Parts: sequence; C-alpha cells; structure tokens
Amino acid sequence: MKKNTRNLGTIALAAAFGGFSAHAEEPAEYEGQGDIKMPADVKNVETAKLTSPPHVPPPIKRSHPTKVHVELEVLEKVMQMTDGVDYTYWTFGGTVPGSFIRVREGDIVEFELMNHPNNKMPHNIDLHAVNGPGGGAAASFTAPGHSTTFSFRVLNPGIYVYHCAVAPVGMHIANGMYGLILVEPKGGLPEVDHEYYVMQGDFYTKGRYGEQGLQPFSMKKAIDEDPDYVVFNGSVGALLDDKVLKAKKGETVRIYFGNGGPNLTSSFHAIGEIFDKVHVEGGMGLVNENVQTTLVPPGGATIVEFKVNVPGNVILVDHAITRAFNKGAIAMLKVDGEPDPLVYSGKRSDKIYLPEGSTPQVMPDQGEPLQAASNKKERIARGKNVYASNCAACHQANGEGIPAAFPPLADSDYLNADKERAINVVLKGLSGEVKVNGDLYNSVMPVLALNDENIANVLTYVYNTWENKGTEVKPEDVAALRGKE
Amino acid sequence: MKLPKTILLFFGSCLLAGAAEPAASSPMVSIEGGSYRRPLEKGKKDRRVADFRMDVRQVTNAEFLAFVTDHPKWRRSRINKLFADQAYLSKWKSDTELGPDAPPGAPVVCVSWFAARAYLKSVGKRLPTVDEWEFVARADSDSRDASHDPEFKAKILSWYASLNPERLPDAGTPEANIYGVSGLHGLVWEWTSNFVSAMTSGEARSDGTLAPQQFCGGGGSDSLQATQYASFMRMAFRSSLKGTYCLPGLGFRGAKDPKTPKTPKIPNTNSTKP
Repeated sequence: MKKNTRNLGTIALAAAFGGFSAHAEEPAEYEGQGDIKMPADVKNVETAKLTSPPHVPPPIKRSHPTKVHVELEVLEKVMQMTDGVDYTYWTFGGTVPGSFIRVREGDIVEFELMNHPNNKMPHNIDLHAVNGPGGGAAASFTAPGHSTTFSFRVLNPGIYVYHCAVAPVGMHIANGMYGLILVEPKGGLPEVDHEYYVMQGDFYTKGRYGEQGLQPFSMKKAIDEDPDYVVFNGSVGALLDDKVLKAKKGETVRIYFGNGGPNLTSSFHAIGEIFDKVHVEGGMGLVNENVQTTLVPPGGATIVEFKVNVPGNVILVDHAITRAFNKGAIAMLKVDGEPDPLVYSGKRSDKIYLPEGSTPQVMPDQGEPLQAASNKKERIARGKNVYASNCAACHQANGEGIPAAFPPLADSDYLNADKERAINVVLKGLSGEVKVNGDLYNSVMPVLALNDENIANVLTYVYNTWENKGTEVKPEDVAALRGKE
Repeated sequence: MKLPKTILLFFGSCLLAGAAEPAASSPMVSIEGGSYRRPLEKGKKDRRVADFRMDVRQVTNAEFLAFVTDHPKWRRSRINKLFADQAYLSKWKSDTELGPDAPPGAPVVCVSWFAARAYLKSVGKRLPTVDEWEFVARADSDSRDASHDPEFKAKILSWYASLNPERLPDAGTPEANIYGVSGLHGLVWEWTSNFVSAMTSGEARSDGTLAPQQFCGGGGSDSLQATQYASFMRMAFRSSLKGTYCLPGLGFRGAKDPKTPKTPKIPNTNSTKP
C-alpha cells in the first residue's frame, strides 16, 4: 500500500519537474507540438543546404515560398587563432562564423538547434531575421546533449546576423557564436560570378596578441572593449595565403559581410577596389553606389558588390587600420587575368596604408621568451613563431612580401648581402628607397621593440628558410649593434 | 502498554541494522550556515542558509555502481523512462560494468535528477539546495567568501570556457576549500534539489524574474553584480535542465541536515519519560 503511494508521488514529481520549462511571466508564446497550418502558397518541404565560410549556398531558383528545415549544431572546440596560439571557440556548425543560411522571403523555417553532448554550456540562437521574442532565443534554449525546434516565417528580406544569446551574452558572442542568414527578396538578387561570406569578430584573450599556448577568454578585456585579436572568419590568416578568395578579371564579386562583434564596429574596405554597390546596413531598400568604406556595426551586416577590373590582390580590411595590420583584420581576394594598363598601369604601388606614419615608430615590447634558445635549430623554431606574430602581416607567411609594397625576404639579395645591415633594419626600422631582387621599394618598416633574443631568433629563422644563406644570428650580435648609430 | 512498542522498535532497529547499514559513501563536513545574497537579486533581503552537512566530493562511479547492483530498477536497461532519458549512464560499459570511459573514482555523470535523489536516499542523504550549494561554492581555500576575488572568479570562468575532458579525473582531486569541500568548481556541473527555482527564461535579455538592468548581456552597471558571471552561468545552466536529463558534464553530491541521526535511537525502556 505504502509502496504504491510513494511511486505515485514520484511519478507526479516526474511529470512536474520532467516537463517543467522555464517561462516566467512573459506574454504567451505558442508552444504547441501540433502541426502549424501552412498557407496555400507555401509549397513543398526542403532541408536547407548550409555552407561553411567563406562559401555561400547557391541562389534560390524557386519562385514560391517553401517550408525549409534548418539543422544547426553547436560545437565547442579548440582551434588555432594564429601560429602557436589556440582558443576554445564556441561555434555554430563547427566554424567561426557559423554556417551560412539562405532562404527566401516568405519561407517557413523550421529551425532545429542541436547542442553537442560534449559541450559544457547551454546555448540558444537569436536570428535577427526572426519576428518574435528574442529572435528565437527563448524557444531555442538548449542543454548539452539535447536539441530544440521552433519555427518562424521570414517576412523581411535582407542579410541578417544570428548569434547566441545565453548569459553572459558578451562571452558567448566573443567566443565566436555568430553567423549570417540571408533572406532573398522575392525576385532574388542580380546574378554575379562569385559570392563570398566574410564576418568580422573581436577576440579577447588573457595573454596579449601572439602570446603562445591555449589562451583563455578575458571577461575584463571584453568589458573594457580592448581586444587582442580582430579577425575575419575567426582566426588570423583565415583568408590569406592558400585560403585567399579568388576571382578573374572582369568578373563580379558579391561579399556578404557581417560583424559579429561583440563590441567593435567595422569600417569595411577593399584595398584596390571600390564597392560598386552597397546595401546600406544590409537592407534592401537603399543601395548606395561607388562606396570606398562602409560602416558595419556589431550585430549588423552588409552586401557589397564590385567588378574586378584588373589582376592583382584586392585586400579586404577593417579600415580602423591597426586592427588590420596588428590584430588580424585582413583578408585577400586574388584576381587573375591579363593586365589592363589603361585602368591601372600595374607598375605603381597600390595604395599603401602606413599604420606607423612616415618615420619609424616604435612598437610596444613583445615580451621575453621563456628561456634562451640553446642551439641553431631551437633558434629557428622560436624565430618561426616570432615571424608569424610580427612579420607575416606584411612580409607574408611565405616570405614573398607584397609587390610594390613590402619587399620579399625569400631568397633576398638585400638580406643575404649584409648580415649587420639586416640586424639594423629590425633594430632601428627602415625608410626610403631600397632595391631587393631587382625591384624598387620605398616604404616604411617600423621599429619592432623586440629584445635581442627575439631578433636573433627571427633573423636566424629568415636566413634559414626560403633559399636564404643559412646564417645564424646570435643575441650578442644584436646587442653589439643596439645603441650604435 | 510499553512492552509491545519496545518490541516493535527493537525488531525494527534490528531489521534496519541488518538490512540497510548505509553503503559507504563520501565523507561529509559540517557547514556553519549564514546569510548570503543570490547574485541576481538586487534590493531583496539576504537569504539565510541553515547549518547543514555536505559531501566533501561528488558521488563516484564506483559508489553508483554499488547502488544499481543493489537496486536493479535503477540499472540502465531497466530504468523507467520517466526518470531518465536515453543518455542515462551512457558512458558505462553495461548495466553493471563501468568500462574504460568511467573510472571508478571519477564523478558519476549521465545521471538524472531522479536517479541522483534515489541514490542519495539509499545512503541516508539528500541533494543540496541551490542556496546551500551556492553558499559553499563562494569559498576558496582561504576564505568563506571569495566571491569578490578576481583570481577566484577568473579561474572559474576559465573552466566554463574550457572543454570537457575525455575522461574525468577522480572526484576530490581539486584542492578543497576552507570548509574542506572540494571540486565544486572545475570538475562537473552538479544537481541541486530545487534547480527549477533558479530559472531564467533562456532569453538572457528579457527575463521577467530578474531585474533587467543587471541581466542584459550579463553586464550590469553595479560593479558588485556585474562581476557575478560565474553565478549567471550556473543559473543559465540550471535553467536549461529538466529532471530527466543525463549529461556527460553533470554529476552530483549529497547533503544532510545536521539533526538527522545515522541510526534510530532506541529509547531506554526503564525511563519514565514518555
């Protein structure tokens, strides 16, 4: 008799706590499990094909609204921020930014958010394309190892940010939980040759830029809005070197550019190009033309389109320029094709942005390495990391520099001719005309206030890579020249 | 009149002593109660936590294995679906074998609130309440209330931002706090008896139960409240749970009221007291 009562009691508790969901004193939300009746014009059901950045799903061909299933997984994972620096990212779909979602005005989106069981935190999603409380955040609040579903109708065309909105929101966003959803207008967008997906974000780490190891998130720096990294697509160099965007001369390129923040506004600019069209603030009603730099606030996005007229490298930056050259907000679009000297002579430099001004400025101290390198091999290994953090932004990871802007270090006659001169360049900076491998450069290299050990290591690395001479530079060589005029 | 009662009690105590000497479980320490502020409640009175006893560490795989061995209806293949979801004890090799992913000394995880309570009941304990748990969790190794120490907070936040390890270390590995309780931070999330009372709406920016100025984006202007991110995150985590959930990062420990005796007292039959 007693046993039965106890079981009933427990079952009642199970029903109460098992089914309890958290909604306190909010206006009533539809929480039905039953089917929602579709309007007559909504035909068919399909599953959205999501893409990882920088790719975008193909334009939508149909001319009627559809019920679209979107399945998006949240995955917490460690990935590289820059050479030697790892970060624990919280991602939608395993990438930062998260997967790109493409739907059409009028579609009914059935959104399933999955939270991987190995994740530590609960997560949700707020899509700016949603008309509804929290943009879906309350409806999609999901514990690890579970998934939630809610549906919404996309009523407004445009390019919208989505992000996680679980407390503390700043931390979830700062860890990379953002992406873009495009709601195509009914007639679609004009056809272009390439569509790309780029999203900016600011990152806050305990250590400063380049400090090695797995870097934890710094809430204090996030509140102070003092980021260590400002990057495109989640990491330094995500769209550089072998991962550059591509186009051919004469083609049209459209970039869906978003800004996840959490804090910084982006001044988005393409070095060497002009945005023929800019959807102001990502809306459909105002398309500006011939824009050099467009403002994208955190939680905002834009669509830019341009035709690439000449071959070369179009460099995408946040024009708050130290972010581009010192924190990672730089990407590249490589344009192949035959030169068109009338439009661009090809011999003169692209617009060069000199963050350090016209005289060598001193960079802040980069810190002591933990212990001195004990042999040449170690020197080269350490120097590689110093190079990645201090030199690669201009001289590139492959040492080839940027034509007419930054000289190459690879197989460089200037470098190999004079070791003392090379040390002085790193110690004291360099300005004025120099000839390297037959080409003239007239630029400014800032003084990087590296200590003797770091300078010795990075120069030894450079001398022993890319067909250079193989010299070893020791800290005492650097010390001897330091302070000498 | 007294005699039958005495015999009943005598037999009763024999039965209890013979059948259910509580199985070995975590040692406990006494916690002296006090008042504390739940970090998200501005302007309200302080809450009072009464004296109680708390396990020094989480319940382990080995202990839970002993429990399901004695209580077959709580085994993975037999559990009632009302009391746990499909992930119940999913890291174990089988109903009664731990296997390589569940070291015997590590905190047991993938257990529902119902299973946790059933285990604790079998050893004469209960789950701690949210207030009891949060009260003890404020302590570090030097003080009872380290909640304003930036190092302490940074360490906790850093654990929240890191991934769950493949295999959990033993319960009790982290350094104990000033009460002698270890592993409240840095090991697993933990069940509490009244986790439903810590609800947020899941929508961190418009929760009706909390003063909005301190919650939006977790950045209140009050410097006292603004830095309680670890508590925000625990509240958020608890709010995402239901009693049947079994998560690989969620375990539990026991608590006890100080007045509950370990064995029932047998009254002195010669006493004249009623």
